[in-house]
Amino acid sequence: MKFSELSHKLRARYTYSLILLRELVITDFKLRYQSSFLGYLWSLLRPLAIFAILYVVFVLALGTNSRLPHVATYLLLGVVMWNYFSEVTNNGVGAIVGKGDLLRKINFPKYVIILAGSLSALINLTITILVVIGFMVFDHVGWHLSLLWAPLIFIELFVFAISLAFLLGALFVRLRDVNYIWEVIMQGAFYATPIIYDIADMPDKLQKIIILSPVAQMIHDLRYVAVTDKTYTIGTIYGNEWVRLFPISIVLFLAVVAVWYFRKRSRYFAEEI
Amino acid sequence: MAAAITVEKVYKNFVLPHEKKNSIKQMFTGVFAPKRQGYEVQHALRDVSFTVKEGEFFGIVGRNGSGKSTLLKMLAGIYQPSSGSVTTHGKLVPFIELGVGFNPELTGRDNIFLNGALLGFTKAQMNAMYDDIVKFAELERFMDQKLKNYSSGMQVRLAFSLATRAEADILLVDEVLAVGDADFQRKCFEYFRTLKRNKKTVVFVSHDMSAIREYCDRVVLIEKSEAVAIGKADKIASLYSRLFLESEEVTKADAQSTRWGDGNGTYTKVKATVVDEGRNLLIAVDALANTHLEEPNFGFSIRNSGGTALLGTNTHIKRQFVKQLEKGQRVHLEWKMPNVLADGRYSVDVALVYNGVVNADWWEDAARVEIRKEEQTPYPVNPDVTVSLDVTDALKKGRHD
Repeated sequence: MKFSELSHKLRARYTYSLILLRELVITDFKLRYQSSFLGYLWSLLRPLAIFAILYVVFVLALGTNSRLPHVATYLLLGVVMWNYFSEVTNNGVGAIVGKGDLLRKINFPKYVIILAGSLSALINLTITILVVIGFMVFDHVGWHLSLLWAPLIFIELFVFAISLAFLLGALFVRLRDVNYIWEVIMQGAFYATPIIYDIADMPDKLQKIIILSPVAQMIHDLRYVAVTDKTYTIGTIYGNEWVRLFPISIVLFLAVVAVWYFRKRSRYFAEEI
Repeated sequence: MAAAITVEKVYKNFVLPHEKKNSIKQMFTGVFAPKRQGYEVQHALRDVSFTVKEGEFFGIVGRNGSGKSTLLKMLAGIYQPSSGSVTTHGKLVPFIELGVGFNPELTGRDNIFLNGALLGFTKAQMNAMYDDIVKFAELERFMDQKLKNYSSGMQVRLAFSLATRAEADILLVDEVLAVGDADFQRKCFEYFRTLKRNKKTVVFVSHDMSAIREYCDRVVLIEKSEAVAIGKADKIASLYSRLFLESEEVTKADAQSTRWGDGNGTYTKVKATVVDEGRNLLIAVDALANTHLEEPNFGFSIRNSGGTALLGTNTHIKRQFVKQLEKGQRVHLEWKMPNVLADGRYSVDVALVYNGVVNADWWEDAARVEIRKEEQTPYPVNPDVTVSLDVTDALKKGRHD
């Protein structure tokens, strides 16, 4: 095949995906907030309300005797990241099956479905981050140069969440238990991840296990660069920064498996749903 | 001419487990159970090969369950062949039904943009053609209403208006004509003519043999998962009709004709035949009064294979009154009418009513008649039309002799 022909074909193929992606994300947003009185405002109000609750419970009610400065912001970052992770993966499970009607009637790149769901969540995350930044100013959190690492951490989170979404979405087509299993796993993972408790309160051995999970590693790295250097990271817990490569490898490995499995199965989604 | 679609030795099997195993528990019990769970392989398509040339209007016909929709889905790339290959050259419009992706919770406007994206149009392109789409669908006043508040006719109009915008080299069309009123069907056929004029490649699946005859260049007949015949539209369409007749002979014994009434009078014999070398239809019936009947009225109607009643009358309309019948009295009636029907199989319903409204015997599908004519037209009636043709002299300057 001639190169120009190939490049034309590639462009044609991805143009279609982009058009679809855009329209699916917009539709998703419209459907989510339609016929609600405050509409889009909810994507801002929801995180604000959740923060308010957390602040009352963990800062005002449970006391402020934490060893950590800016404990409210510290908490918020963990919750924000976890919420994004759980939104993407939970939506991912049913995403393909939910679009079964469409899949049976029209041939289009299936990955667009998962990508669209993940982008909708990303938009929510962006709005929430803006709220968090506002809160950080209010909480007098200082700004450090190390904050430049933050985008990389978010990229890791994005890749991890979307990989799981691809995998779960494709698995659910054949195995309808996946949603229940995932619900249980997420419930357990929430407590296995240091979101609402301080990892420093755990025994050393447990710390070493907990922090190996990619989400725990990311949350704590973000807290380290954004809030306080008193945060325990995988580097400080193991006394070796290179251990960080372990959770990152999990993420990359999962990404490869997810792409491979999704590509292999997506040809048959229409007939298996 | 180059091939737009090449289908080569395509097989499609669906594995149907007797009990679908799609939960983990079932998988484990399947593993540990001594006997394997049974499954059957359904051959949806077997060894199908054909080519659709560029610019051709290609028909796919076959009875329900023959595999023609599976075939269309393979052409669209929705299903993958179990073996063999489907190759297409040129941009294929990716939908096979009208209104795919329509979301009832969205407004008409939002649905236009969503469906447009599925057809591959960018937002800018959609903005440019938005007004035309709405105008063509005649839905200007309803664009801000949710689709769920549309009537089905409105939805179809909107979907069709969008579908006609599709810019592609190859179009796949599945039974569009089954929906919509006469006005909509006229629009559909107009669109087909445009496609034909513009030399688009069209693959058209339909049960409507008159549409197949009128538009298709070539047709493939799918029967029991195999392509049994490929050829000119006329030839395959009559082959298809014959296929239906044969199978109906077989099923006739099982098919219970519906019959109801109080039984105070019953038909004993109903026979419909073509007489006078095909010019006339004759329906001959015998009826028996089982009790005393006041003012009996005998009627009939003829329905086509689609179930539409085409014609009928009764003895009261014909002002042939019988005052009364006594128990045991027999009646013989013959209805004769010009044979205006087009080719096909027709069924005859007869009815016997007395006392104005009391139903004694209503017998649907009491007899059948098959019409075959020399001349064929794609219309439901095909009367003997005479034509006189006069050609005036050509103008002098146009003469070439």
